Amino acid sequence: MAQQDLKPSINSFSFPKTLKLKTKQQELLIRVATLALIYVLAFITRLFSVLRYESMIHEFDPYFNYRTTLFLTRNGFAEFWNWFDSESWYPLGRIIGGTLYPGLMLTAAAIHSLLRFLRLFVHIREVCVLTAPFFASNTTLVAYFFAKEVWDSGAGIVAAALIAICPGYISRSVAGSYDNEGVAIFALLLTFYLFVKAVNTGSLAWALGSAFGYFYMVSAWGGYVFIINLVPLYVLVLLVTGRYSLRLYVAYNCMYVLGMLLAMQIRFVGFQHVQSGEHMAAMGVFFLLQVFFFLDWVRHLLSDTKLFQSFLKITVTSAVTVGAVALGVGMASGYISPWTGRFYSLLDPTYAKDHIPIIASVSEHQPTAWSSFMFDFHILLFLFPAGLYFCFKRLSDATIFLVMYGLTSMYFAGVMVRLILVATPAMCLISAIAVSATIKNLTRVVRAKSPAVQSGSTKGTSTAKSSSKGVIDNSQPFQRNGAIVLLLGAFYLLSRYAIHCTWVTSEAYSSPSIVLAARGAHGQRVIFDDYREAYYWLRQNTPQDAKVMSWWDYGYQITAMGNRTVIVDNNTWNNTHIATVGRAMSSYEDEAYEIMRSLDVDYVLVVFGGVTGYSSDDINKFLWMVRIGGGVFPVIKEPDYLVNGEYRVDKGAAPKMLNCLMYKLSYYRFGELTTEYGKPPGYDRARGVEIGNKDIKLEYLEEAFTTQNWIVRIYKVKPPKNRW
Amino acid sequence: MKRDMMRSNLFPLLFAFAFLFSPVFSASDLILAKVDRRIDLTSQIVRIATSLKVENTGSDVVSEILLSFPENHAKHLAYLKAIVSEGKGKAKTSSGVGLPVKAVQPNDVPPALTIYSVSLPKGLGKEHSLTLDVLAVFTHILQPFPEKINQGDVQLLLFQESAHYLSPYAVKAQSLTLKLPDARIESYSKLENAKLQGSELKYGPYENIPPFSYLPIVIHYENNLPFAVAKELVREIEISHWGNVQITEHYDIIHAGAQSKGEFSRLDYQTRPYLRGASAFRRLVAKLPPRAHSVYYRDEIGNISTSSLWGDSKKTELEIEPRYPMFGGWKTTFTIGYGLPLQDFLFGLDGKRFLNISFGAPIYELVIDTLFVKVVLPEGSKDISVSAPFPVKEWQETKISHLDIVGRPVVVLEKNNVVPEHNEHFQVYYKFNSLSMLREPFMLISGFFFLFIACIVYSHADISISKSSASYLAKLQWDEVQATTQLIHGIISRCLTAHDKLEASLHDLSRTGDVQACKATRKSVDSSLKELSKELKQPLTFLQSCPQAAQILPKVEELVTKERELQEKLVVKHTTVVDGYEKKSSGREIENRIASYQQKITALRREVDDLMDFIDEI
Repeated sequence: MAQQDLKPSINSFSFPKTLKLKTKQQELLIRVATLALIYVLAFITRLFSVLRYESMIHEFDPYFNYRTTLFLTRNGFAEFWNWFDSESWYPLGRIIGGTLYPGLMLTAAAIHSLLRFLRLFVHIREVCVLTAPFFASNTTLVAYFFAKEVWDSGAGIVAAALIAICPGYISRSVAGSYDNEGVAIFALLLTFYLFVKAVNTGSLAWALGSAFGYFYMVSAWGGYVFIINLVPLYVLVLLVTGRYSLRLYVAYNCMYVLGMLLAMQIRFVGFQHVQSGEHMAAMGVFFLLQVFFFLDWVRHLLSDTKLFQSFLKITVTSAVTVGAVALGVGMASGYISPWTGRFYSLLDPTYAKDHIPIIASVSEHQPTAWSSFMFDFHILLFLFPAGLYFCFKRLSDATIFLVMYGLTSMYFAGVMVRLILVATPAMCLISAIAVSATIKNLTRVVRAKSPAVQSGSTKGTSTAKSSSKGVIDNSQPFQRNGAIVLLLGAFYLLSRYAIHCTWVTSEAYSSPSIVLAARGAHGQRVIFDDYREAYYWLRQNTPQDAKVMSWWDYGYQITAMGNRTVIVDNNTWNNTHIATVGRAMSSYEDEAYEIMRSLDVDYVLVVFGGVTGYSSDDINKFLWMVRIGGGVFPVIKEPDYLVNGEYRVDKGAAPKMLNCLMYKLSYYRFGELTTEYGKPPGYDRARGVEIGNKDIKLEYLEEAFTTQNWIVRIYKVKPPKNRW
Repeated sequence: MKRDMMRSNLFPLLFAFAFLFSPVFSASDLILAKVDRRIDLTSQIVRIATSLKVENTGSDVVSEILLSFPENHAKHLAYLKAIVSEGKGKAKTSSGVGLPVKAVQPNDVPPALTIYSVSLPKGLGKEHSLTLDVLAVFTHILQPFPEKINQGDVQLLLFQESAHYLSPYAVKAQSLTLKLPDARIESYSKLENAKLQGSELKYGPYENIPPFSYLPIVIHYENNLPFAVAKELVREIEISHWGNVQITEHYDIIHAGAQSKGEFSRLDYQTRPYLRGASAFRRLVAKLPPRAHSVYYRDEIGNISTSSLWGDSKKTELEIEPRYPMFGGWKTTFTIGYGLPLQDFLFGLDGKRFLNISFGAPIYELVIDTLFVKVVLPEGSKDISVSAPFPVKEWQETKISHLDIVGRPVVVLEKNNVVPEHNEHFQVYYKFNSLSMLREPFMLISGFFFLFIACIVYSHADISISKSSASYLAKLQWDEVQATTQLIHGIISRCLTAHDKLEASLHDLSRTGDVQACKATRKSVDSSLKELSKELKQPLTFLQSCPQAAQILPKVEELVTKERELQEKLVVKHTTVVDGYEKKSSGREIENRIASYQQKITALRREVDDLMDFIDEI
């Protein structure tokens, strides 16, 4: 900055008028150019996976989203909205239109049709793959405007730059990660920005904008519950701290009422805004705000303070009573549903472990480790408190909002790994304030001398001038040098951050997890494409109506890539159904056969990493199957599969473990295979042991297909034997 | 057992019509002096090369020769080509151009026989003879037996033929050679003249066989070569006049050999692949034209990484492996695509252009049940016509692609039962104006142009709804205030420049001692400063009158006064120095005199600079 300002003053000597007038335009140009670069950077830094692998959909849930988007573009919105999917949750099926957040699919379909309208005929898959990076780019712009609204445009630029490459956000928005979160973070931040803008201006238009932002968020992700609880909490805090104003009244009422009505249009959400316990806080604050407004008006009318005091008491008491009674009646009559388990598990990290094993079984629902905070935030982690300090130092409605957003989302990020994502924008914004304010202060110190030095040198050679210059220099030498050192330190930290982010993105977050890559003996890249091999085999070589049983993790992928009916999938809405599958997997073959017959299962698919050393396979997930199965069917008992509380697959394993269906299907004929030189046959590389049961005979199933590296094994359920 | 059954089903019938109808044709004057048949059974495609020596014993000139096939063969006939070869023995020169062949159905021939008639280029006169080479290619004619095999079993095939050449003419001498793959032969019809030499099976010679004689033979042998059949292949050839022919081929492949049954064991397959997976094929090889580039190989769910490509100046070879080994009855679909240089395939002729490119698939020994060749011509092509070397179904479609308005014309050619022999070139003629090439870039350019125009218009247009609302007026006024402040800022900065000029003149004076020049500068600076202070008045009064400017007014006023102060001090300093020089005072004296001014000037200058920065940030 200092240099930029110096240059015009030097140039102004030759071009007196033109350049001096253009300083502002120059600043605008630099700002716009920086933002444009950040916009592009946010997009391209997410393309590692496309360049390294291919333009493909990643992970599990995105495959469902892709499949539904494909359906939407092929059959139109009405069909999509009324879609009953008989390919999943056999024999129950799933009403897709009523059980999903359609925002993402509609967004991708809209982009697709816009491109087609512009005569660019791209495949919907490319649109889906690039949706998340595109929205990440848009998020940087929102972050800029948000920080500009809360602090200044400098902080805006820094915030945009920080969020563009923050690993916490990249983890969910790389190309191919076609998931709700990709657009939801954009919607979340947009809603917050528009709401803060509405509170700052008291303008109905901005409040309306934030209501629409909220509607988009509701249509895109279940995380909208965070907004509908944070905003009322913020309003409450403003009320308590005596910052109530008409601006707040306008902003919140408009946003809440319109947002609620709009949100009811989403079938999956429906009337939850008036019927579910999680949304009651917003409604309570809404009524509280009316009471506040009413009281304000009455106070305006009544000149007598005593009269007003008694009126206040009566009103508050009756309002609280009416509210409490309404809530109590609603709860008791069942009109207002209590909090869901997921909501509890957010507030209390230990809740899921004890009560809902299906939530606890997902790795991204685990409490966050410190290392992953460091991994995802890096320097933001200690810039965050500094930013909070600056926010408190310049307290305003907007900074209060930012502080509250930061603190609450940090708590949730601590409860669940995946919610780091929600905290990321807050971290970036608050850290941006810290960075921007610090650098601004430091440069001011550094710059304070620069013009003097400059003018002194231009003024000529007289000794008196130089002596006067020396006096000023000597007065604060330490401050200036210290500022320079600190500035350099800040730039060093920021560049470390950029390096860290790039490294994390490239190494950790850009693997599609469908295709596994490893280094070969000679350093060359070896690709394990087993998942697609198996799914494509299913797609081509099984009957069109075949039902495939697998653990729920692979459900979405089987329906999307294999195009076959599955029993359970990643939409874990029916715990009993999943428990039935868990029970089948943990029973003996003959018992499992009965269950599979009752479910019409034709094929069973298991994932097995014993040959390649791929550790997230079904044997390692098996205990969760036992737990979830045992949660519904007490016949399945976890201790039966453990030896002294220890989970083993070798000779010392529990007999039930060695003969259950999952063990048999995973290790069928594995005992004859030598996986590693110098180890006995049947050496499991994922667990590093020789398996305990090498002589596995299957009676009711037969091997139908095993992929090249044995990662996916598919078995055919034999038809029942003839009876005579 | 089954073999015997089939034989007993089929052959009485054939014999029946042979005896019934032979009198009709025996009246014909043609006889076949010598027939040599070679049947190639090494792949899934059966090629029967027959060399016929035809003699006309009658008196009439004969212009047609009839070829007959039994019905069970005829329905699998994919390709038939007859060539007259001239000369004898080694010095054969075949013309290469096939004679016109058409299916005929003479009244007196039973429906169980299919007759093709070959028109001779010139009639065959009395007592003349010629040699006709006939190549007939059949698909789906080999029957796997047993029909279902296990993973470890080899694939056994049945082939049925007649040891005698089935012909409406009497045959004097004939022989039959069957070329089998280098593998086990389960069994073959052991007729008296049958002889097995290595992998070649010979029947004959037979002499003086009457017309329509049929002596069934059955060969049961092992063949594990790929039975890759494309149930449907869509080849899309897209021409871009920017220099590329893009070919995209969508394959729908099935292993049409013996069905696999029972378990598939990966362990067995990976430990002994050629024993425990002998009937499966794992790769296909495609021979692409030379200089093919941008080759890709993928399917509906993504790229398939198991492929390799190498090439030289003659060809490019692409080896593709399906995602899984293909056992009998297993299916897969995939797409390969590649680009070719335009100049190798597109030529001009009489103001027309024509594309000359091969018809069939590039994969070796692939049978295609239904082949669609779609030639996508550039948008705006006219007068389209196709010339194909064999009959095809043909129609036109439209395809809309990037940046098209009306769509590109597409010529679709459909052909059933295609074998590698169909890999001949065909031509598509069309007219295309080269200027149309520029339309798409022009569209893009104008699109962006209008986008920028729209941006400019948006940023300059006033689109507020209410022109009289308070906030709108306030905004307008604020804009004006800002502009005025900028103006003041500019004027002051010009003043500062003038100050710098004064300082510079002093500097020059101390170097050169040229008092006159210094005075001249002083004069010009004085006048310009005067003008500037005049200019300053008007915006300053505006700011004072404007209520919006109340916040910034004190700063601006402070700036103006400080600047004036600075100006005065400078002028005094200048005068003092110039006076000093005129009076020839010593440098030290002058310096002492101006030292007090100098300090104030420096301080003032810094204050002014700070204020300037502040105002600049507004």
